[in-house]
Amino acid sequence: MPMTITEKILAAHIEKDTVSPGEFIEARVDIALGNDVTAPIAIREFETFGAKKVFNRDRLILVPDHYAPNKDIKSAEQCKIMRDFARKHKITNYFEIGSMGVEHALLPEQGLTLPGDLIIGADSHTCTYGALGAFSTGVGSTDLAAVMITGKIWFRVPESIKICFEGPLNRWVSGKDLILYTIGQIKVDGARYMAMEFSGTTIDALDIDSRFSMCNMAIEAGAKNGIIAPDEITLQYVKQRASRNYTIYKSDPKAHYQQIHQFKTKNIQPQVALPPLPENSKPVDEVGDIPIDQVVIGSCTNGRISDLRQAAEILKGNKAHSHIRLIVIPATQSIYKQAMEEGLLSIFLEAGAAISTPTCGPCLGGYMGVLAAGEKALATTNRNFIGRMGHLESEVYLSNPAVAAASAITGKISHPKEIISN
Amino acid sequence: MKKIVGKAWKYKNNINTDEIIPAKYLNTSDPKELAQHCMGGVDETFIQKISPGDIIIAGQNFGCGSSREHAPWAIKEAGISCVIAKTFARIFFRNAINIGLPIIESQEASKGIQEKDVVEVDLDAGKIVNHTQKKEYRIIAYPKFMQTLITAGGLLNYIHSKGAEKNKC
Repeated sequence: MPMTITEKILAAHIEKDTVSPGEFIEARVDIALGNDVTAPIAIREFETFGAKKVFNRDRLILVPDHYAPNKDIKSAEQCKIMRDFARKHKITNYFEIGSMGVEHALLPEQGLTLPGDLIIGADSHTCTYGALGAFSTGVGSTDLAAVMITGKIWFRVPESIKICFEGPLNRWVSGKDLILYTIGQIKVDGARYMAMEFSGTTIDALDIDSRFSMCNMAIEAGAKNGIIAPDEITLQYVKQRASRNYTIYKSDPKAHYQQIHQFKTKNIQPQVALPPLPENSKPVDEVGDIPIDQVVIGSCTNGRISDLRQAAEILKGNKAHSHIRLIVIPATQSIYKQAMEEGLLSIFLEAGAAISTPTCGPCLGGYMGVLAAGEKALATTNRNFIGRMGHLESEVYLSNPAVAAASAITGKISHPKEIISN
Repeated sequence: MKKIVGKAWKYKNNINTDEIIPAKYLNTSDPKELAQHCMGGVDETFIQKISPGDIIIAGQNFGCGSSREHAPWAIKEAGISCVIAKTFARIFFRNAINIGLPIIESQEASKGIQEKDVVEVDLDAGKIVNHTQKKEYRIIAYPKFMQTLITAGGLLNYIHSKGAEKNKC
């Protein structure tokens, strides 16, 4: 029976040859992830259950990134619950401040998530790792607790939806624009419960960081997972990082898809998603005159080195507008270091940016850039829900790092061509 | 199964988990504290106006966005007995089933029930009764595996019942 990549990975994790959409399975988990918001509940449930040992201390990964470095006493206590648990159970991959990064940038960078893996994380953006050809999905804390106890999880095998992009990218267009465009076309529940598979000549040529951005936001279309079949670009990234074996899966040519969408990149310009939903995406040239108060460049969607390079290309030799608070957050320590070595941090500092240690911080209105009533931010993050970055009467617009950087300079939402004309 | 009856509180499509429990309250995982801010991103008066047993009625894609289980915990601890929506986002759906918060997908009930209608849900008989409007809606039964989870009282109770006691000393 022809199968999709998602179906093949799920079948392999129940030691069977095939699975079909709609089937309920209890699958073996390769990697489980929790953070300082979701792990404390999982730990409470784990302990209430009476469990004494985690399923595999090398395969449970704990990252304090949402409110860390601790924003207040309460968040310090949440982080401490996770830290104490990690020490008690000798968790190999607990990342303390100083080695910590935004989880979905950190795990692939550390070689912890690999092609063919089945990964669950108590964080909705766990779908990011599908960029490496893994089945990876977000779950809640009780699911995480169950995996911590048993090493297994229940799933309904999802139908698959195929999104094909054909053609070269226009100048200043990146993976972020492709995914915002896609969500604009299929809407925030267009892929609900489904596996969202990206393919086509555009994806074949797309760099790994852009692939992460795309799979990262599959959840914003309601998808269970986003996935891209591994190729040379994937292997080049993975080979130097992996410390265990991995398996390459690809969809069969005759695999069944519930829907197939084909998009030509010729017509896709840099996108901006207007509040309050990621589906409100339109070309940056069409959003009109929108003055902003803050620009955030970072997050699990766009805090990687190529994102910072794009922003720096625009900001080099320029200053952020006097009304703009520009916040740049390299997503991991190693990205931070690389940005320093490449001189990007100097460019940001010269432009008047505040550069933060890695954290999710402002993306979810946690800290490090919370908005007041009536304020507007343009962010390279993933959600523009009401109140997402602060006050219920504040607004968040989403874009790629180049648009964010250009807008920081002009003080209003702007196309990068306004700063660099070629 | 406990009787589910209460007043209906109606919300729009695409209610996300940031609206159910805004992130500024995520520095705690105490369900009682979370309940005090339930629906705080969309309706700050929610916790004052509801009574134990009341029911949330929503449109499409209820619970989209973040995976925060704080959302169904807050709803459950606030005393809401059931959420009826046209559709649910998948992580919220899993979380609700896993922690034993009754949720029902019903296009007709979501459309027909109005704010403050008195609604009764009979899971055993598979029906929703709108006492105010004197109308009934049929509930489509969940797949067998999910019914097993619900009957067990949530995921961890299900694992207990399967005898996953080997991790215990």
